[in-house]
Amino acid sequence: MLAFVGRRLLTAAPTLLVIVTLAFFLIRAAPGGPFDMERPLDPQILANLKSYYGLDKSLFEQYLAYLGALLRGDLGPSFVLRDFSVAEILGKGLPVSIRIGGLAILLALLIGGALGIVAAFRQNSWADFSVIGLATLGITIPPFVVAPLLQIVFGLVLAWLPVGGWNDGAVRNTILPVLTLALPQIAVIARMIRASMIETLGAHHIRTLRAQGLSTATITQHALRGAVLPVVSYLGPAAAQLLTGSLVVETIFGLPGVGRYFIEGALNRDYTLVMGTVVLIAVFVLIFNTLVDIIYALLDPRVRHD
Amino acid sequence: MNRYVLAAVLSASFALPLAAQTIFHRGAAGDPSSLDAHKTSTVVESDILLDMFEGLVTYDVKANVVPGVAESWTVSPDGLIYTFKLRDAKWSNGDPVVAADFVYSFRRLLNPATGAKYANILYTLKNAEKINKGQAKIEELGAKAVDAKTLELTLEFQAPYFVAQLAHQTGLPVHPASVEKHGADFTKAENFVSNGAYTLKSFVPNDKLVAVKNPHFREASTVKIDQVIFYPLEDRAAALRRFQAGEIHYYNDVPTDQMKFIKETLKDQFFVAPYLGTYYFAVNTAKKPFDDVRVRQALSMVIDREFLAEQIWAGTMIPAYGLVPPGIGNYGEPAEMAEKALSVIEREDKAKALLKAAGFGPDKPLKLQIRYNTSENHKNTSVALADMWKPLGVETTLVNSDLKSHYAILRDKGDYDVARAGWIADYSDPQNFLFLGEGGNGGLNYANYKNADFDALMKKASTQTDLKARAETLKQAETIILRDQPYIPLLFYGSKNLVSKKLEGFQTNVLDRHMSRYMAIKP
Repeated sequence: MLAFVGRRLLTAAPTLLVIVTLAFFLIRAAPGGPFDMERPLDPQILANLKSYYGLDKSLFEQYLAYLGALLRGDLGPSFVLRDFSVAEILGKGLPVSIRIGGLAILLALLIGGALGIVAAFRQNSWADFSVIGLATLGITIPPFVVAPLLQIVFGLVLAWLPVGGWNDGAVRNTILPVLTLALPQIAVIARMIRASMIETLGAHHIRTLRAQGLSTATITQHALRGAVLPVVSYLGPAAAQLLTGSLVVETIFGLPGVGRYFIEGALNRDYTLVMGTVVLIAVFVLIFNTLVDIIYALLDPRVRHD
Repeated sequence: MNRYVLAAVLSASFALPLAAQTIFHRGAAGDPSSLDAHKTSTVVESDILLDMFEGLVTYDVKANVVPGVAESWTVSPDGLIYTFKLRDAKWSNGDPVVAADFVYSFRRLLNPATGAKYANILYTLKNAEKINKGQAKIEELGAKAVDAKTLELTLEFQAPYFVAQLAHQTGLPVHPASVEKHGADFTKAENFVSNGAYTLKSFVPNDKLVAVKNPHFREASTVKIDQVIFYPLEDRAAALRRFQAGEIHYYNDVPTDQMKFIKETLKDQFFVAPYLGTYYFAVNTAKKPFDDVRVRQALSMVIDREFLAEQIWAGTMIPAYGLVPPGIGNYGEPAEMAEKALSVIEREDKAKALLKAAGFGPDKPLKLQIRYNTSENHKNTSVALADMWKPLGVETTLVNSDLKSHYAILRDKGDYDVARAGWIADYSDPQNFLFLGEGGNGGLNYANYKNADFDALMKKASTQTDLKARAETLKQAETIILRDQPYIPLLFYGSKNLVSKKLEGFQTNVLDRHMSRYMAIKP
C-alpha cells in the first residue's frame, strides 16, 4: 500500500509541472493584461506598473521566476487585490470553501445514499419514481436558479434565514449555500446508488444472503459495499471541485471562498491569482484521485490483490 | 497563546459598548483593489477611501468640493502657485497632520517605483510628469512644506480644475511613518493609520471591510455612525434581495432587467440622478470609410437616443446629444448636436443623403462591425444601433469580448470600426471629457481623432484664467467635436442608489459620492 501511495506521489510532481506550465502560457496568450481597464493607462504608467511586478522581463524569464518562487511556496502578489499576496487570499478563502463544500458532500452522501437505497429496494414503485423524478429535477435545475429561489423563499418571503453574507461563519448563513451546492449532488448520488444497488442486489453473493434469510439491514450492508464503488470514483473529482469552491454559489450568497478566484482571476488577467488557483485545484484533484484509489483498494479486494 | 487570551479579554471588554453602536451596512460594487489610495483608480475604492482619509479638500453631501485638511488657500496672480493653510487635523494614531505629509504623499504618488495607476491625474503639478517618467528627481516636484501648517503647490500649467483634482482619491495623504515602517503592508488593519472620519478595523476580500470611527478626526463630534461595514456585492440581483431583506442599508447599483419591479416596489427607496459620465461609441477615424465625416454624422444622427435610454436602459440613463454631461462645473450649458432639433424622419432623410454623397447606397451598402465588451446591456444597445442603421442600408455585425481584451484592442489601436466605451469624470470640469479628443491623448483617443482647430482651442482654454472665457472656448471645442462625431455620444450615465428608509442624510449628486460621515442610521 505504501509503495502504491509513494508511486502516486512521484507521478504527481511531473503532472503538476505540466499543468503549471500549460496554465502559465495559456493565460499569457489571452489578449490584454492585468492593468487594462475601462480607462486605459498612460503608456509610461503602464511601464512603471509592469516593472513593479516584473512583467517587463521576457515571458520565459517570468516563467522561470514563477517556478522558482513556487518551489519556495511563494505564489506571488495578486495584481488585482493589490494589498494581498495570492497565498493570503487563498489561505483566507479556502477554509470557507472547504466548510461549505464539505458539508454539501456530507449532506449529499447521506440523503442521496438513503434515497438511492430506498429506490433500489422498491424498484418501479411510487417511491422509486419520485426519487428518479426528484433526481432528474435536481440535475436539470442549475444552481444559479436554485440559489435565487432559495433566497427569495427562505430569505425574503418566509424571512427565516439571511439572504446572503458569511457573517463570520454563522450556521444560519451556511444553510442555503450548502443546500444549493448539495442538491445536484444528492440527485447524482441517488441515481448512481440506485443503479448500482439494483445491479448488486441481483448478484450471486447477495442472492445467497437472501436465501439464508438474513435481515434487510445485513443485506444492505453487503450490497452497499459493491454498490458504492462507482460513487467513490465519482466523488474523487467531485469532492476536489466542491471543496475548492463554487463561483455561482459564492457570488450569489456573497461568501468569501476561493471559488470565484479562478474565473475572476482569468477575466481580470490576475496572472498570479489564476496560477495559484490552478495549483490549488490541481493539488486537490491529485490528492482526491489518490484517495479514491486507496478507498477502492480497501473496499474491493480484487483491486488490492492486483 | 497569551496573545489570544489577551485578545479574547479585550474583545469581551469591548462587547458591551459595541452593542450600542450604530452600524451602517453598506453594499459596494466590489472589493477595493487596494487601500493604498495612490494605487487605486475606481469609484469602488473612492467610496471607501473617502470615508477613511481626508485630502486638502473634500466633498460635501452634494459632492461640492469644500475645504478638508486645508482650511483655506490662495492662488498667485498667474494661477500657478497655490498656498494652502492647514487646520489642526490629526491622524488616527494622534499624530498631527502636517504639510510635509502631503509633500511626502504627492512625491510617493508620482514616484515611478510606487506603480501608481492614476498618477497622471496630478501631472498638473510642476515636474510631475517628468518625475513619473523617470526624467526628473522626486525632490523637484512642485510641492513644498513652508512650515508645518503651510503647503505650497506649484503647477506646471494653469488649471482651474486643480482644486477639484485634489479631491480625487489620488490626492489623499498617506501617513509617512507607517509607509516607511511597513512598506506595502501599511494597508493591513494592524498597521493602518488614517486621517478621515473612519479607520480600518478589518478587511477580508469577498467578505467585508469594517471601518470604525476615528476618534481623532477633526470633526469626530459630528460623525453619527460608529461603524461602517462595506460588503462587496458583485451580483446586483443578489444585492437587491439583500437590500429588500434589510441586510444592507445601501447599494449603488441595480439589476437593469428588474427596473420595473424596483420602481414599483421600492418607490421611495430608489434614486436615479444624473451622473457625470458619458456612454459613447467611438468610430475609428483612421480607417476608411470612417475617416469620412459624412459617414460618421449619418450614423450618429439616426440613432433614437430616447429609445436607448428608456427601453434598453430602463430609464437609468439620459439621452446624450453632447459629449460633456449636464451639471458639470466650470461650464454652463453644454453644447448639443444640431440634429437634436430635427424630427426622426428628417434625420433619416438627411442621413441617407449624407451616406449617398459618401458613395454608399443600395447597390453598395456600408458594412461595419461593432465591438463591445461582454455585457447584456452593451449587447442590447449594439443590437438596437444595428437595427436603427438598417434603414440606411448599413450592414452591421457584432463582436464581443471580455473587458480586458476589449480595452486592450482599443488601446493598441487594433482593427475596429465602431467600439463601445464610456467615460466617468474624475473631477467636475469639461476638460476631463473633451481631452478624449485631443490629438496628443494617445491612449484614450479611441477614435484616433485629430483636428488642429480642436487641439488649438483646447490649448487656448488651458491658458485662460477667466473661467467664463475659458468655458466659451471649451464650448467651441465641443461644438467642433460634435460636428465631426469621432465619438457618437449616446447616453449620459445616471446614478442608481438603493437607500433604506433607515438611512438618513443621503442626497443624490452628480459625482455619486456619498460619504458615510454625513449619514445617520435611524434605530
